[in-house]
Formats: sequence, structure tokens, C-alpha cells
Amino acid sequence: MRLALLLGVPLFWMVGVYGGSLAALLVQSFFRLDSFAGTIDRSPTLATWRDLFTDANMSVAARTIGMASSVTLASIVIALPLAYFIARHASRRTKAVLVLAVMIPLWSSYLVRVYSWKLILSADGIVNWFFERLGIGGLLDAVLALPAIGGPSLSVSYIGQFLVFVYIWLPYMVLPIQAALERVPRSFIEASADLGAHPATTFRKVVWPLAIPGVAAGSIFTFSLTLGDYIIPTVIGDSSPFIGLAIYSYQGVAGNLPLAAAFAFVPIAVMGLYLFGAKRLGAFEAL
Amino acid sequence: MRTAGLGLKAAALGAILYLHVPIAILFLYAFTTEDASFKFPPPSLTTRWFEVAWNNADIRAALGLSLRVAFVAMVVALILGTLTAGAVWRTRFFGREALSLFIVLPIALPGIITGIALRSAINLADLSFSFWTIVIGHATFCVAVAYNNVIARLRRTSPSLIEASMDLGARGWQTFRHVLLPQLSSALVTGGMLAFALSFDEIIVTTFTAGNQQTLPIWIFSSLVRPRNRPVTNVVALAVVVLTFVPIVVAQRFSRRAEESS
Repeated sequence: MRLALLLGVPLFWMVGVYGGSLAALLVQSFFRLDSFAGTIDRSPTLATWRDLFTDANMSVAARTIGMASSVTLASIVIALPLAYFIARHASRRTKAVLVLAVMIPLWSSYLVRVYSWKLILSADGIVNWFFERLGIGGLLDAVLALPAIGGPSLSVSYIGQFLVFVYIWLPYMVLPIQAALERVPRSFIEASADLGAHPATTFRKVVWPLAIPGVAAGSIFTFSLTLGDYIIPTVIGDSSPFIGLAIYSYQGVAGNLPLAAAFAFVPIAVMGLYLFGAKRLGAFEAL
Repeated sequence: MRTAGLGLKAAALGAILYLHVPIAILFLYAFTTEDASFKFPPPSLTTRWFEVAWNNADIRAALGLSLRVAFVAMVVALILGTLTAGAVWRTRFFGREALSLFIVLPIALPGIITGIALRSAINLADLSFSFWTIVIGHATFCVAVAYNNVIARLRRTSPSLIEASMDLGARGWQTFRHVLLPQLSSALVTGGMLAFALSFDEIIVTTFTAGNQQTLPIWIFSSLVRPRNRPVTNVVALAVVVLTFVPIVVAQRFSRRAEESS
């Protein structure tokens, strides 16, 4: 009785309204858009799912997964030293400050943080100015001239997009790695050093294996968040579509809600597989 | 403690700078006199864009809407999150695990999926888009932070407190009001502040549940996609950073104090 009283409203809201909406979305993906009439045909069909597996859509998915993977790798490389420093070297006071310094971007305005890079990367912005000042503007031009990842300016290139993705999701990688390293007993590292291991060997054989659950946990966030994002590819980059953007335009401009619904299950499926792998690496114990 | 190598220090510092320099640059740009491009360095500095932004009716309306939505979403999320935490705490029932999954799902799934699901449900239910549809979307993903904070606090609350209160003859409501609520107050402040910040800043779900109303993030986003009034956008961006900073620091303070006292 007490339980029913407590649970009634949350159950109705989260499972009824929210769960119901998700279920309805799945159902919609089995309808199809009648492209002549522009209306939705509500007889069950697999036609929409067949439309999903066209080359164009699959290359959008591949591009998104490629970006999500490279963003995840870069985040690991950048986050590891910071997390290691916080966990092993910082004094109590410094640690509190550094953890806060990682947390604040996590909670502060996502949109504004994306916007700040529009200022930084624009053709007359600070990055170009900096390179010019150092007299290596030619280097930047050479990088931008690279096929595929380059572009007319940083803010409309894949490189720019990549920098922004890493910047936005980096805190999600630092915190779980730091938590995992925090749990490595100091004696492990000392023992390894006492036994004559070079610091690099200690890192490779002792620290890294113990950091893996944290890395896997962090990568769930960086991977999943990149997979579903559509704001960053809209604001930065050459506006070639990512999964999020494709879903957005299918449901909006194209009015093809069934296809958008089917597409929405691509990141869910990819994340399902990813979580399965991450679970095997011990990611859930590190969360 | 061993001293860190120079390379490690430099790499750690580099990561911190990467996370913070962009916002510092935003501060600078809010004062630039250049109004047509993102030219660096700014030709000269001025505070006049703050006045222009303040007197802009669209921005005021968007700010007002965002604050109202965030407030109502926060209240709804706190109620739902506390109720759920109360039910999940110390009771086992069928579907308990499934319920906690549903609570975190809106922040675990990409926002676009939550957004599109709610939008098609709103259309199916033949509701018109309004203030309340935005609130429904926001409250749905804010429940998670409220729930997480309250349940964490409850798990550290000794059950004997409740039993003692009941033994002394307090009714359920009295026990809640005089024993449990004071215990929960800091968790409610933390959860509430985080929910407020989350809602105030949300853009993705909002695009799908807002119809043609403009919250502040939607206003910013639309001026990013079709650049107009760059200096005013810079000022609004800075204001958003400052406005979300306050609840976050308050939340941080409260959760730190709660940890230290327990």
C-alpha cells in the first residue's frame, strides 16, 4: 500500500509515458512513408528497415562510428596523464581543486562550450593568429590541405570537429580513470620498481591493466555521446551528416518519421554491442 | 608521495588548459568591439553589448522561459526522484531493477532518441506543443540526478533512525517530516541544483518538445546556425556560463559538506 503510494506517479511517468514513447517509436519504424502522398502508411511492413540499409545511410553510420572511435582513443591518451597525476601525485588540496576543474566543464553549458570553439577555430580566430605569429601559418595550411580530414578552415573541417568532440567529452574519461587508478595500491607500483622494472614497464604491466576498467567505463560515455550528438556536427565541420543529424533531418525536413525511428535504433544497437564488450573489461565495476 | 616527472606534469597541465582556455576566450569575446567577425585579437574592448543584450526582448523572453522551465522541471524531478528513491530504498518488489533502469535511461540514451520518442508521442496524443511539453521532456531526464542524490543519501541513513521515530509513536508523515526530510535536505539541494542546471542548458530534447517557443539554448543555437548579432550572442553565451556556474558550485559545496559530516 505504502509502496503503491510512493511508486504510482513515478511509474506512470517513467515507465508509462517515457517507456511508452520509446515503444511507440519502435512501432513507428514498422510503418512506412508513402512518398507520393507524403503521409504515413500504418500497415506493418519491413520496408522502412530495408530503406535504412542503403549505402548512403550506412556510410553515415560508418562515419559516425569512425568519429566516435577516434574521439574515444584521443580522450584516453589525453585523460590518462591527468587522471594519473590526480590519483597518484596531487596533494589533498590540489586533488580537490583538480577534480573540481574537471567537473565544472562537465556540468557547465554544453552548447556554450561548443560555441566557444566556433570563435577559436574560425579563419580569423585565435588558432590561426597563433600559428601566424609563430611564423608557421604554412604548417596549418598544409594540415588543412590534407584530403578527407582537412577543409577551407579549421571550423569547417573534420579536424576541428574532432577537437571539439574530444574537448566536450574529455571529463567523462578523466573521472572514471582517476577513480580506477585511485584504487591501485601504492605498494603495487613500489613492488614493481623494487623488482627492477623501468617506469615504462611498470606502467605497461601494472598500471595500465588496472586502469582498463576505468578506461572502458569512460569510453562508454565518450563513444555513446559522440554517437548520438547532432549539435557539434551542425555547428562545426563541413555539415556532412552524422547519425544524429540524419535522424533529425529524416523526422524534420523529410517528414519520414518511420525512417528516423528505425535510424534511432542504430546507435542503440551499436551501444548494446559496445556495452557487452565493456562489461567484459570490467567497466561496470569502475562506474 | 613521489614527485611527478616533468612530462607527466606538462601533459596534465595541458589537459586542464584544454578544458578551460575556451571558456576564457569566450569571456574575452564578450567585450570585443568587432561585430561582424570572430577576429582575434579583438580590435578594442567595450561593455556596450551587455546593454544591447539586456534590452533585447527576444533574449529576455527566452531567458524567462528557460528559468521557468528549469524551475518547474526541477520541482517535478525532485518529487518523482524522491518518491522513487523512497520506494526502492529497503524494499524489494517485482520490477525494481527495471524501474531503476528506466530512471537512468533518459540520460544514458542519446538525447535525440528521447527527444524524437517524446515528440512522436506528443503528436500521437494530439497534444499541442507548449510550456508543459518542454517541462515533460526536461523533468524526464532530470529525475535521474534527483534520484541518484536522494538514494545515495538514503543508503547512508541508518534505518534505526526511522525505527526509533516509529517506536516513539510518530506517524509515517511525522517521521518523514521530522526525521527523514532533515536528513535529505542537502541531497535535495544538490539534486535540485544539478537538475536545474541540466534543464537550463538542455538543447537536444528541447528542440523536439518545444514547438515554436524559444528557450535560451534554442535562441543561442539558432543564432549559431544562422549567424546574426554575433556580439550579442557572445554576451548571452557568457551569461549562460555564469548562470549555470552558480548552481553547480552550490551543489558541489552541499555534497562536500554532506560527505564530511557523515
